[in-house]
Formats: sequence, C-alpha cells, structure tokens
Amino acid sequence: MSHLNGSTSGNPSGTGLRLKTGLAEMLKGGVIMDVMNVEQARIAEEAGAVSVMALERVPAMIRAEGGVARMANPKLIKEIMQTVSIPVMAKARIGHFVEAQVLEQLGVDFIDESEVLTPADETYHIDKHAFKTPFVCGARNLGEALRRIAEGAAMIRTKGEPGTGDVVHAVQHMRTITREIRILTALREEELYNEAKQHGAPYELVRMVAQEGKLPVPNFSAGGIATPADAALMMQLGAETVFVGSGIFMKERATPLDIENDPKERAEAVSRAKAIVIAATHFNDPKIVAEASELVTGTMKGLAAAAIEEAQLMQTRGW
Amino acid sequence: MTSEHLTIGVLAVQGAFEAHAQVLRSLGVNAPLVRLPEDLASLDGLILPGGESTTFLKHLERNGFFNALATFVQQKPSFGTCAGTILLAKDVRNPVQKSLAVLDATVERNAYGRQIDSTIQETETTLPGGTMEMVYIRAPRIAAVGDGVEVLARRNGDPVLIREGRILAATFHPELSADRRVHEFFVEMVRREKLAHSATAAHAG
Repeated sequence: MSHLNGSTSGNPSGTGLRLKTGLAEMLKGGVIMDVMNVEQARIAEEAGAVSVMALERVPAMIRAEGGVARMANPKLIKEIMQTVSIPVMAKARIGHFVEAQVLEQLGVDFIDESEVLTPADETYHIDKHAFKTPFVCGARNLGEALRRIAEGAAMIRTKGEPGTGDVVHAVQHMRTITREIRILTALREEELYNEAKQHGAPYELVRMVAQEGKLPVPNFSAGGIATPADAALMMQLGAETVFVGSGIFMKERATPLDIENDPKERAEAVSRAKAIVIAATHFNDPKIVAEASELVTGTMKGLAAAAIEEAQLMQTRGW
Repeated sequence: MTSEHLTIGVLAVQGAFEAHAQVLRSLGVNAPLVRLPEDLASLDGLILPGGESTTFLKHLERNGFFNALATFVQQKPSFGTCAGTILLAKDVRNPVQKSLAVLDATVERNAYGRQIDSTIQETETTLPGGTMEMVYIRAPRIAAVGDGVEVLARRNGDPVLIREGRILAATFHPELSADRRVHEFFVEMVRREKLAHSATAAHAG
C-alpha cells in the first residue's frame, strides 16, 4: 500500500510514515500544550509538557475576537523552537499547503492541519504525503480519521469544540471513533466493502482497522479539555495523549493569565499545567487524579458548547 | 529457568512504553507498566523507553520516585532507549539536566537535529545476525563513553548501542523495528543476572 508506507513522501527509503508515527509514539501518555509566547512555552516545558503548539491566539481568543485565523508568524515559532528542548508543533489552515511548506522550512516537528484556523480550501485537505514533516489532523468520526490518514496524517486527534473548556464534544468524538472501530472488528470480510462506502474511507484502511482493532496511527484527543479530570476522562476513553489549548493560560474567554507581571496568575497557570500532566499519566488512578485536581488554583471560565450557534462551530470545518 | 519466569517492567510515566511492552510479551516475558515507585518491587529488570526526558524527570520528582529508580538501576539490569538513555547517562548536555548517572557516557540531546532529521539506517553491530535496522527519532548523541563501556554498534563513528555491566542503552528505537535482537539480548542479560543472583542466594543459604 504505497499510501501507507510513505513511498510518495519524498523519502526515497520508503520509511516516511514510520518516522512520522514514530515521533507520535514518543508523545504518548503526555500533554501537548498551546502556547502563545516564549514565557508560556517555558512554563509548559517546566510543567512536563511533551510538546508545545506554537500559535498567536489560542482557540478561545480566536473564537472571541473573530477575524481570519492564520498560521502563526514564523518569528514567534522560531523563538519558541529556540526556547524549549521538547518538540514544537504549529498549525496550518486546512488545505493551505503553502503555510505547511513554510512550517516545514522552519523545521517544526509536527504540523497540525487545523480546523481552529480559518480553512483555506473548502474541498481539499493538504496532501500530507508530499511532506517529510509529520501531520496531525482532527476527526469527529472514523471516516474522517481514515480520510486524513489516507492523505498522509501520522496522528489523529478528536476535534472536540476548541476554545470552549467544554469537553462534551471531545468525548462524543472519541466515543464515536472507538465505537465505530469496535463495530468493524465484529463484521465479516465481505461486509467491509460496504462499511468503506458508508464511512467514505479507503477500503484498505477500513480492512486494516477491522483486523487491528485500532487506527493505524496514534489516536490523541483535543478540543475543550480544561481540567485534570477532563484529561483522565479522555485517556480512559481511549486517547493516547491529550492536547490542552485554552485550558492552561486563559483566565476569561479572551483574556490570558498575566504570567509576566502577576505572580499569582503565573502560579495559577503553572498549577494547571502540572496537574494536567500528572493526570494524563495516572489517568487510571482516581486517588492521584484527585491529588492533581487539588493542586489547581482557578480554571478557565469556559463556554458551554451547546450554547454555540451552528455557524460558529469549528469542528464542522474539514471534509 | 525460562523467560516465562522473568518480569521486566517498562517505565510508563510517558513515551513509547506500550511498544516495548508488546515486544517483551512477544518474547514470553511479563511486562508490567511502571508508573509509581512501588511498581519497581519484584521486577527482574526494567526498560526506560523513549519519550521526553524533561517530562520523565517531572514525574520522577514526585513521591521519591527518582531515588527509588536510582537505587533500582544500580542493582538490576536496565535498558534505556533514546530518552531512557539520557536518563541513565552520567553526563547530559544540551541542556545540562539531572539524570540517574549509572552509565559512564556523555549524551547530547537532539544532537542530530529536529524531526525533519529523523532517519532509519542499516547499521553494523557486534550482535550476531548481520546489520540491523535502526530507527532514530530526534535522537540524542552519545558523545563519549568511559573505559568500562562496551560499544555494540556505531553510527558514523558515534556509539548508538552500548553496554556497561547491567546497563544497556541505545539512542535508536529497537521497539519500532521488527528485529528483536536488542530486546532478546537484554532479556538474556536479565536471565543471567537472575540466575547468578539466585545461585549466590542459594550458596549463602
């Protein structure tokens, strides 16, 4: 299967996808944190984040402020890459393969083709095989996950509803993906062709999932995770790592904690970051999740996802 | 004694622990995941997997885990890959960071570059069975080793698989290849150590 062994990835040894998913393997059991500046990146690393996502505005701010959300300024991304020793990710708009080319040029370790940014193409996603840098993509269900994997994604994450601090849609997406996987494992061979049609996904990938009982790439979770218990919930539901976006550095919906000038707010950000890291590792140990939760001072206020109008949802972006 | 009686834990605070546990299980070894200091009790050996060494250190700060692990790796066979090797080395650079310091080696983090520089290579090794596929992911570089360290493989001159007494360390990821020789080698180290230990105990008794 040429589209899985990475032979079209520009890597002549045909090892592209293994190296890409290899990095995702190293990120398992961890927390990937959204950061908007060097100081936040430093706090994230010191708290034990496995990676940081460099961006100019976290989803909660994009949601509150509106406008077109684009790839972050390369200067910011480079500063963050120079500050931390852990892998640095950055987001490109859906379908915006030139933003992805720029991010690869900068040397970021993972590119998130993300619904958090304003889509650049309403039909096509980026051909991710054309890059040596691995991609992560969001999905709400198995079909969407497999379409992204067919395009070359090396990691899938639930979309959830970004920037809300409301975990309900991340839960729904993870439950949908894992339930659809379990159903495939119970079906007969000849039933899989129709399943591929129903899911809008390549038959080879559907068959692979039916045989293995899991996605062919690591399965992470994002979108509304704001507390240690949220992180542990997603891990118990089958996530292998969690992304925390607005949940660590935001105070009100559109206002970041003032970590530079206010020691109390800085301590609050540190406490949230550390606690979520502990909970992601000890997700099966309620005693430790309780201890971690107790460490937290203050939580992002959040926005109930059910109160968001259809047109304002980010999760419906992507095809 | 067969390998069914061996229990080799995998440090599972973060990283590629599940891939290691699967390889160990395929070799007939019990492979419990180690997330707390008390999980180290009753293990015959331990694998410290790849992942982010800065994250590992954060988890080890809690509940005396660091000291418990430092004691364990001085007494029982331990095998580090990538971040695990960083944790075992005496001297860690780029940046300087704390470590268990049981392996006489200098290790530089991310010395071969970022993810774009990650690579898979076929490399000579002193282990029987010919060249070995080695998967490097944002790999550290072993810049120097002490006199007591045996080098089992090199990449362009740099040691990539080394052994010092009970400690085995790789800068690549054998758990991501189909070749099981490195894990088999470690399981054999653990088996011999356990045999020697039980013989000594019997003699003393």
